[in-house]
Amino acid sequence: MLSILRTLWNVLLHMFHRRETVQYPEEKPYLPPRHKGRIILSRDPDGGERCVACYLCAVACPVDCISLQATEDETGRRYPEFFRINFSRCIFCGYCEEACPTYAIQLTPDFEMGEYHRQNLVYEKEDLLINGPGKRAGYNFWRVSGVQIGGKDKGEAENEAPPVDLHSPLP
Amino acid sequence: MNPILKSLLILFLVIFIPLNLAAGLIWLERRLLALWQDRYGPNRVGPFGVLQVLADMIKIFFKEDWIPPFADKAVFVIAPAIIMITVLMSFTVVPWAPGATVANMNIGLLFFLAMSSLGVYSIVLAGWASDSKYSLLGGLRASAQMLSYEVFMGLSLMGTVLLTGSFRLNNIVDAQRHMWFVIPQFLGFVLFLIAGVAETRRLPFDLPEAESELVAGFHSEYSGMKFGMFFVGEYLGVILISAMITVLFFGGWRGPWLPPIVWFALKTLCFICFFILLRAALPRPRFDQLMSWGWKVMLPLALINLLVTGAVALAART
Ligand code: SF4
Ligand code: SF4
Repeated sequence: MLSILRTLWNVLLHMFHRRETVQYPEEKPYLPPRHKGRIILSRDPDGGERCVACYLCAVACPVDCISLQATEDETGRRYPEFFRINFSRCIFCGYCEEACPTYAIQLTPDFEMGEYHRQNLVYEKEDLLINGPGKRAGYNFWRVSGVQIGGKDKGEAENEAPPVDLHSPLP
Repeated sequence: MNPILKSLLILFLVIFIPLNLAAGLIWLERRLLALWQDRYGPNRVGPFGVLQVLADMIKIFFKEDWIPPFADKAVFVIAPAIIMITVLMSFTVVPWAPGATVANMNIGLLFFLAMSSLGVYSIVLAGWASDSKYSLLGGLRASAQMLSYEVFMGLSLMGTVLLTGSFRLNNIVDAQRHMWFVIPQFLGFVLFLIAGVAETRRLPFDLPEAESELVAGFHSEYSGMKFGMFFVGEYLGVILISAMITVLFFGGWRGPWLPPIVWFALKTLCFICFFILLRAALPRPRFDQLMSWGWKVMLPLALINLLVTGAVALAART
């Protein structure tokens, strides 16, 4: 009985406590740089598209919301013909970013993507591509992996190390 | 003024004001709950969010009014109306201010008790007609709970009746000219408060609804305005019980300086806030605890209260 009265009194005293609510649209919360929000496709430092259309992100995605079509340019370099993310299904888990070998796909601290029509939540490659390298400033996938051109295999040119043998157990 | 016109005006006000207050109470409750839980509550629509209720009303009117195909249709439709009717009928005997009563009956208090008993039918019939497990369980609980709490609700009031010598609510208010009945009848007041909370099925005695166990209890299957009627009926019940506490134990409209109706409103508002505080603070008891408190603690206490009051009244008379 006494504990009931004490509870009532303590709850009543909460009248004089500070309110915890963040008045959102006026007052923005702090989002850390690694917050997993709206997805972008980044470019490498030389301005080329990083994505090599390997489909790894689409495979990793647990809700299957990435769809893309690989194609090749005249030098045999793969790139996505279209790259589509359906944000009405995306759960912002970040698996696509983990899976990507080229750091092309990245999640950003932006979540204000409200739309009145569902169709507007389907972002095309033009909407996703940004003009910078995102979180990985100096990284260029092709510089690291090497490129195969006519008459020269990977790692055969001057100043190039031979590629790692994937099937050897040694590093 | 023409007496018929005057009574019509009072009639209109007594229906109009509580109904609107009940709607406003939804906003008040949400804001107060938020205040006591360190939140803001609805504060976007209109100044301080008061228009939130209006928005909710518009929404609830446009909802689909779905009657489940397995339900007993006629009873299903009547049930929410019963609660509104009984609660609004009870408002007729409440003396808001001197002369401002719809029906100044000599059995006003009995009428109030009778109407609040009839309110049980609404809940039980709703639970029965919905023909679903959760609703039926809610209805069952409601009938058991309200039956057992009604017993000592009536008994707890008999002390004030003994002291006044009348069932007429105006006389009861008049008898509190020198001292509010809360002082000689403190036990009766506490018992009536608890019974009142149980009668209106408010937390912590909301076992018929118990949304964490029974979905929404007796009104699980209701939607649209029928659900709204249960909702408003509950808030009307809160206003009614608060008003009755004011009348029976806190001197009704009596008070210095301010006009009587303002005193009445202020006192009632205090109890409404207390009802909301109960909801904010207390957990729900188990059903067997609820029943054993009712029969093993509250009923004996009410009887003792009645006995002692009767003895004192008798001793004072001789
Ligand atoms: S964040 Fe998760 S759900 Fe969204 S696209 Fe990437 S893998 Fe799919
Ligand atoms: S974004 Fe990355 S993982 Fe997805 S297809 Fe392009 S390169 Fe592969």
